[in-house]
Amino acid sequence: MAKSTSSDVLTLIRSLRSAYAATPTNLKIIDLYVVFAIATAVIQVVYMGIVGSFPFNSFLSGVLSCVGTAVLAVCLRIQVNKENKEFKDLPPERAFADFVLCNLVLHLVIMNFLG
Amino acid sequence: MVAPVEPKPGGTLRNAFGGVLGFFILLLIGVLAFSIRLFSVIKYESVIHEFDPYFNYRVTQFLTKNGIYEFWNWFDDRTWYPLGRVIGGTVYPGLTLTAGTMILNSLNIPLSVETVCVFTAPVFSAFAAWATYFLTKEVKGIGSGLTAATLLALVPSYISRSVAGSYDNEAVAIFALIFTFFLYIKTLNTGSLFYATLNALSYFYMVCSWGGYTFIINLIPMHALLCIVTGRYSSRLYIAYAPLVVLGTLLAALVPVVGFNAVMTSEHFASFLVFIIIHVVAFVYFIKGILSPKMFKVAITLVLTVGIAVCIAVIAILVALVASSPTKGWSGRSLSLLDPTYASKYIPIIASVSEHQPPTWPSYFMDINILAFLVPAGIIACFLPLSDASSFVVLYLVTSVYFSGVMVRLMLVLAPAACILSGIALSEAFDVLTRSVKLQVVKLLEGPLSNAGETKDENSTAHNDVLKADKQVATNNKTEDVKERPSKKNRKKDKENTEKAPVKYHKEKRLLVLPLEASAIAIILLVVLGSLYVIHCVWAAAEAYSAPSIVLTSRSHDGLHVFDDFREAYAWLRHNTEVDDKVASWWDYGYQTTAMANRTVIVDNNTWNNTHIATVGTAMSSPEKAAWEIFNSLDVKYVLVVFGGLVGYPSDDINKFLWMVRIGGGVFPHIKEPDYLRDGQYRIDAQATPTMLNCLMYKLSYYRFVETDGKGFDRVRRTEIGKKHFKLSHFEEVFTTHHWMVRIYKLKPPKNRMKGKAKKAKHTSKPLSGARRDGSTKRNPWQ
Repeated sequence: MAKSTSSDVLTLIRSLRSAYAATPTNLKIIDLYVVFAIATAVIQVVYMGIVGSFPFNSFLSGVLSCVGTAVLAVCLRIQVNKENKEFKDLPPERAFADFVLCNLVLHLVIMNFLG
Repeated sequence: MVAPVEPKPGGTLRNAFGGVLGFFILLLIGVLAFSIRLFSVIKYESVIHEFDPYFNYRVTQFLTKNGIYEFWNWFDDRTWYPLGRVIGGTVYPGLTLTAGTMILNSLNIPLSVETVCVFTAPVFSAFAAWATYFLTKEVKGIGSGLTAATLLALVPSYISRSVAGSYDNEAVAIFALIFTFFLYIKTLNTGSLFYATLNALSYFYMVCSWGGYTFIINLIPMHALLCIVTGRYSSRLYIAYAPLVVLGTLLAALVPVVGFNAVMTSEHFASFLVFIIIHVVAFVYFIKGILSPKMFKVAITLVLTVGIAVCIAVIAILVALVASSPTKGWSGRSLSLLDPTYASKYIPIIASVSEHQPPTWPSYFMDINILAFLVPAGIIACFLPLSDASSFVVLYLVTSVYFSGVMVRLMLVLAPAACILSGIALSEAFDVLTRSVKLQVVKLLEGPLSNAGETKDENSTAHNDVLKADKQVATNNKTEDVKERPSKKNRKKDKENTEKAPVKYHKEKRLLVLPLEASAIAIILLVVLGSLYVIHCVWAAAEAYSAPSIVLTSRSHDGLHVFDDFREAYAWLRHNTEVDDKVASWWDYGYQTTAMANRTVIVDNNTWNNTHIATVGTAMSSPEKAAWEIFNSLDVKYVLVVFGGLVGYPSDDINKFLWMVRIGGGVFPHIKEPDYLRDGQYRIDAQATPTMLNCLMYKLSYYRFVETDGKGFDRVRRTEIGKKHFKLSHFEEVFTTHHWMVRIYKLKPPKNRMKGKAKKAKHTSKPLSGARRDGSTKRNPWQ
C-alpha cells in the first residue's frame, strides 16, 4: 500500500514537472513572482506569530500587500495565458495595464493604511 | 428605423438610433426619479426630515466649516453629556463627504449646506436608477435594464427613504449597493481587472456610506460559492472575486468606523472562507488543466486525504477564533438579522426602533406594490438561460426577501432586487407578446411571397447572431439588444412596433406564438398593470412618504392645519436657554435638539451607550423626586417631552413610554414593567396603576392638561386621563408649544431646608417664559 502510494507520488511529481516544463517563460516568471509574494506573506505571518501583532495595521497591510500582489499576479497570469480560451480577445498589453492600475490602487491603499 | 432591406446599414442605423433613444429614456428616468421625490419640498418646504438626517446635516455643516482633518478628529461634547462622542470615528462618512465635496465642487454656484443636503437623496436616486439600468443590462439586456430602471425610479420603498430632505445614509448607500453589484457582474462577464478595481472602489464607497455593506461582503461570497458548487467556476469568477476581497478588506479597514472590524468580526469571515475555497478550486482547475485525466485522479486521491485533515484543522482554528471573541463575533444588529427574535429577547434598544420590527404583509404591498407579483416571473426568466449574472440576481433577491422579512428597514435592500427581476419579467413578457403580435400582423398584411426574400437575409444575420450568442455567455450582445429594444419602445409608444418583425423571423419560428387576440389583451393588461403601479407610486410619494415629520399637517373640514410645534420648541430652547444648558429628552429627539436648538443633550439617536439611555429611561419612569435626583446628577437643566394627547399625534412619549420602562428596567432592576401595566394592559385612565400615574413621564405629559377641555381627554389614547389635578414639586413648566406637542420643563433648584425660604427662592428663580402660564396651580385640590 505504502509502496504504491509513494510510487504514485513519484509519477505524479514527474508528470507535473513535465507538464509544467511546457509553460511559456513569461508565465513561469509570473509564477515565480506569485510564489515569492506568498513566501513573503508566510514569513510575515510567522514573524507575527513569534513577535506579536502589535502594530496590527502594519501587519495587516504587509500581509495583505503580499496576498494582494499574489492575487493580482494570478489574475494577470490567467489573462495572458494563451491556452485560456476565455480571454482570447484580450490583448496582453491591456491585461498588463489593468494589472498595473490595480496594483497602483492596492499599494496606495496600503501606504495609507500602513500608519 | 427604415425597414431593413440591406441588413448591415439598417442594423447600424437602428443601433445608433436605439442608442440615442435609450440615452434619452435613461435621462428621462433620471429626471423622473429626481422629480417624483420633490413632493415633500412642494407640499411642505425645503427642510431636512426626521431624526437622523439632522445629525447628518450637523456633521456636514461641521465638515464644510472646519475641513476634513478636523472632521476626523471631531470629539462632540454637545451630546451624550457627560461622556461625549467621537463623531469622526463612529460615523459612516460617505454621505457627509459626498455632500460636503459637492459644495466644494460648486464653488461658483453658491448653495447652502441645507439645500445640498435636502437634494442629495433625489440626485442619488437618479444615479441609483442608472446603476440599476447598467446592472440589469448586464444580466438580461437593454430592454430589461430600462424597465428595471423605470421601476426603481418609482418604487415606493426607495422613495420612502430618499424623498427630498431625507438626508440619510441610505440615500447614497442604495446607489452604492447597486453600483457595486453592477461592477461585480460586469467583472464577472468580462473578466477584466479594470472593472475589478472599480468594483473594489465602489465597495469602498459603500463601506463609507452605510453599515449595510456587510450585505455585499456576504452576498458576493455566497454567489461565488454558489457558482463553485454548481460547477460554474471560471477564471472570470476568480478575477471578479479574489481582488475584491483583498482590496475591499483593505479599503474597508481605512474607514475609521469599520477599522479592524473588517478582519475581526464574523460578518466578514464568510468572504475570507470563500477566498480560501476559491483559491483551492482555482488551483485544482489549474492542475486539472496541465495533467492528464488519469494522473489527475491520482492527484485527487492523494490531495483529498491530506487536504481533509488540513481543512479540519483550519476550520477548528476558525471556530476557536470565532468562539473566543465576545458575542461570537457578531454584532447585535447582525444577530437580530439571523435570529429575528434575538433583539426582542436581549436588546430592547434595537427592538424599540419601529423600523427594526418585522414588516406586516400590507407593507409589502405598500412598498413594492405589483413588483411582488412580477418577481416570480422574473425569477423564471432568469433561469432561461441561467447565467452567472442571472443567478446572482436571483440570489440577491432571495437573501433580501429574507432580510426584509426580519426588519422593515431592509425592505429598502429588497426594492432594487424586486425592481430588477420585475423589469426582466415585464420586458420578457412584452417581448414575447409583441413578437407574436408582430408576427401575426406581418402574416396578415404581407403575403408569404413578398416576405421570403427578406427573411432569407434576416435568417442568416439572425443565425450568425445566435451563434455568437452561444459562444459568449454574456447576454448583452447584439441579438439581445435587437430583441429587447422593441419591447421597451412598445412600453413607451405602442404604435411603433411593427417595423422589427422580420428581424426575429427566424427565432419566432422556433418559439411558441400566441394568438393575436390573446397577446393583444395581455399587452393591454400589462400596460394597465404598469399604470396602476405608476399611480400607486405617485400617490405614495405625494401622500404617504413626503411628510417631513417635524412639520405635521392634518386636513379637517375647515381646511389644512399645520403643526410646527417641534421647530417652535427648539427655537425656544435656542433663544431662551444658556448655551451650555443640558436638555434631557428621550433619545429620539437628541439629534434634533443638538442640530436645531444647539443645546447639549444626554442621549441621542446614536444609541451607542445603553446604560446612559437606560438612565434617562429610569428617570422618566421614576417618581418626581427620584427623577429630579437623576437628572440633577446629570447636570440637566431642562426636560423635554413630546405629548400628542391634545392634537392626536400618536408617536409621542406616552406611547413610547413602555420602551423607556423596558430599557430602564434592563439596567436598573428596580424599574419593573408590570408595575406600569394594569392586568397586562398599558393604560393611562383611572384604571392605571399608581406607579404609572406618579411617574415623571405621566406628570410631565399631563400637567395642566385638564385645563384644556375641563375633562382631560387624551385624543391619542381616546380616554380621559387618570389623574387630572396635580402639581409639580421638582419641575416647573417653562414652555409649551402651540398645540402642546412639545413641553419643556425646568428643574427647580434644590430646596433650602427652611420652607419659607424655599418658597421665596422658588419665586425669584422663576424665569420669564414664553409659555402661557396662569395661576392654575392654585386650583389644584391635589397634594
